[in-house]
Amino acid sequence: MHLIWIFFVYAIVLFVIGFYCILATLNLVRALIGIEILMKAVTLLIIIAGYASGRTSLSQALVITLIVVETVLIAVAMGIVLSVYKHTKSLDTKNLTNLKG
Amino acid sequence: MFSLLILLPALSVMILNLPFGRLMRKTAFYLCLALFAAQILLVLLPVSSGLEPIFQFNLMVDDLSRVVLFCIGIVLSSALFVGEHIIRDDDQRFNFQNLLLIALAGMNGIVMVKDVFSLYVFLEITAVASFVLISLYRDRDALEAAFKYFILSAIATVLMLSSIAILLLVSGDTGFSAINAAIMTSQHSRLIMMAMGLFICGLFIKGGLMPFHGWLPDAYSAAPAPVSILLAGIVTKTVGIYALIRIVTLVFVFNDPIKYLLMFVGAVSIVLGALAALGQSDFKRMLAYSSISQVGYIIIGLGCGTPLAIFGAIFHLLNHAIFKTLLFVNSAAVELETGSRDMDKMSGLAEKMPLTGITSVLAVLSTAGIPPLSGSWSKLIIILALWMAGYRAYAVIAVTASVITLAYFLSLQRRVFWGKPGKEFSNIKEPGFMMAFPAIVLAFIIVAVGILFPYLAHEFMNIKELIGG
Amino acid sequence: MAVIDELILLMLAASALWTVMTRSLLRSAIGLALTSAMLAILMFRLNNPFAAVFELSVCAGLISALFFCIITITEPLTPEKVREEAGARFGRFLYLPVIVLIVGLVLRFLTVKVDVKIPALEEIADVRYYLWAYRQLDLIGQIIILLCGVFGIVILLKELRKKGG
Repeated sequence: MHLIWIFFVYAIVLFVIGFYCILATLNLVRALIGIEILMKAVTLLIIIAGYASGRTSLSQALVITLIVVETVLIAVAMGIVLSVYKHTKSLDTKNLTNLKG
Repeated sequence: MFSLLILLPALSVMILNLPFGRLMRKTAFYLCLALFAAQILLVLLPVSSGLEPIFQFNLMVDDLSRVVLFCIGIVLSSALFVGEHIIRDDDQRFNFQNLLLIALAGMNGIVMVKDVFSLYVFLEITAVASFVLISLYRDRDALEAAFKYFILSAIATVLMLSSIAILLLVSGDTGFSAINAAIMTSQHSRLIMMAMGLFICGLFIKGGLMPFHGWLPDAYSAAPAPVSILLAGIVTKTVGIYALIRIVTLVFVFNDPIKYLLMFVGAVSIVLGALAALGQSDFKRMLAYSSISQVGYIIIGLGCGTPLAIFGAIFHLLNHAIFKTLLFVNSAAVELETGSRDMDKMSGLAEKMPLTGITSVLAVLSTAGIPPLSGSWSKLIIILALWMAGYRAYAVIAVTASVITLAYFLSLQRRVFWGKPGKEFSNIKEPGFMMAFPAIVLAFIIVAVGILFPYLAHEFMNIKELIGG
Repeated sequence: MAVIDELILLMLAASALWTVMTRSLLRSAIGLALTSAMLAILMFRLNNPFAAVFELSVCAGLISALFFCIITITEPLTPEKVREEAGARFGRFLYLPVIVLIVGLVLRFLTVKVDVKIPALEEIADVRYYLWAYRQLDLIGQIIILLCGVFGIVILLKELRKKGG
């Protein structure tokens, strides 16, 4: 069980890295990279859960579905970022303060 | 039979995109209308045959699902009618109708699944459809709102998935019944509490409750008018609130820390949403903050936990879908005719747009809880349930917020509809049949449910046995 | 066996850290591909070969290619501005390795008694059974979301057809 805990620790470390990246960046594409890192952390958690409980087949099926959904999500997000770039010609998040309140 | 509700919209999207040219554009509207009407009829009539031999789906439809399926049908039809009138470009209208069908498939999936991971997959379908719908016109404000919604939605997804991973560790399967059995008999109470907390926080972000509501006002006000109707009327409710009700009552053990968390977050949403709505001058932004406030009522009813409170919460969900949709349809009409959403520049529109004025008054009174309209019954039930269960302070907060709701909505009515029309509004008129029809139907439902509720109450109360028992 | 796993985990964390801290976006995308590759190796060692192959081909391949596309299209700042932003950026991102080290060391030597009693369930069948028969609803969901994604990209990026001459 000690080994499982080490894997858990690294998953939590990945979570921290991902969250920090989203919070501290001023670039839209880097925010997307942060979300990708968070998704990797969650994939690692599901794999650990499957390995520890012996259900590797179920966790593999879940991870495959998760990867497909995540790819579509990132593709659509990139579409949005490209459209923003066409409007403002820059990727700075400081430009996204039009809506107030 | 109910698996058709997911398969048919997906098939229709594929059929609509076959290269037959003009024919497909013309039939798209009628196809969508037929699907929505079929859904409403299917829900109201008791049908239960199956499509079992071909697909092995894991679906269930109980009374709560029927209520939400009914709301989905009505709100999506209203959005379809309004979109038909407002979106002028043919290509954009066709895209809008296709995305409506995909969102329909996603939301039907959410209300019918029996498995936590499938719930996540259909949640993501609805979310992706919403992102694209918000940025339909590709203007700058809408893209900014869509990006903010995307980031917060992705964070919520990550929280929910990590909770699903921990539950998989504890129970070995992801079905509702398996997780429930594992939670009841397992000894890792701290780990499970953390998992439940993570999941509920993820759902709070998706449902737009305070303090996780950052994306909601921007998304509701910057989206195109028919998309705002969709978002406010049903998407936030299905994705956030329905999932919360289903998970908390069916899967998780409904113990005291969860109840206190739900009631606290509900109360905060009610009060802060109402206070924030007081100071708005943008029509749709005020409606967005009002939505946050009303959803707080639903959550505080859910948190109370008694069967009467949960019935009140579900009833308020139905009512809120109807009257918020009506308010957004009216705001679409006003925006179309006057060209802006700034309430300080408008006055006296009721003389030129009488239908919009009257239906708006009905929706406002129903939201504020004035009898005998439908909203008053659900609010009364929630407040009564809170009082009877002993949470006197929360009941007082709910009643006070009701008064603030009346205040800001009356200020909206006074600014926009009453008084003398300004000079620049001398040649506006009531929008056409496509916009008037959903407004009339929704107003009729509000009045009918309100008046008939005391007589039919005992029939609807069966729901509470299913959920609260 | 445990030593190799530790090493791969360390490389995973290090490459994720490098992805976030590095200045240029292109290097960030390469770091992301590296992180995905490390994760795939880890999955292979934990008896999940199918998921490892999927992760390697899709995440380390497709998503990195998408990132390269978008970074090339939206050309970021010129080298002078990069140097001038570097100072401010360093201040903001300075705290990350510190936080990561503290969190990692504290949790690692906490050795919480993770004594998870798993219900003794038998593995029914293969991944293939699970994916194609047990979770058919997820498959339908995947098809629908792919459809939606295609629609989304077309709507967001296609120019409106000009009406008339």
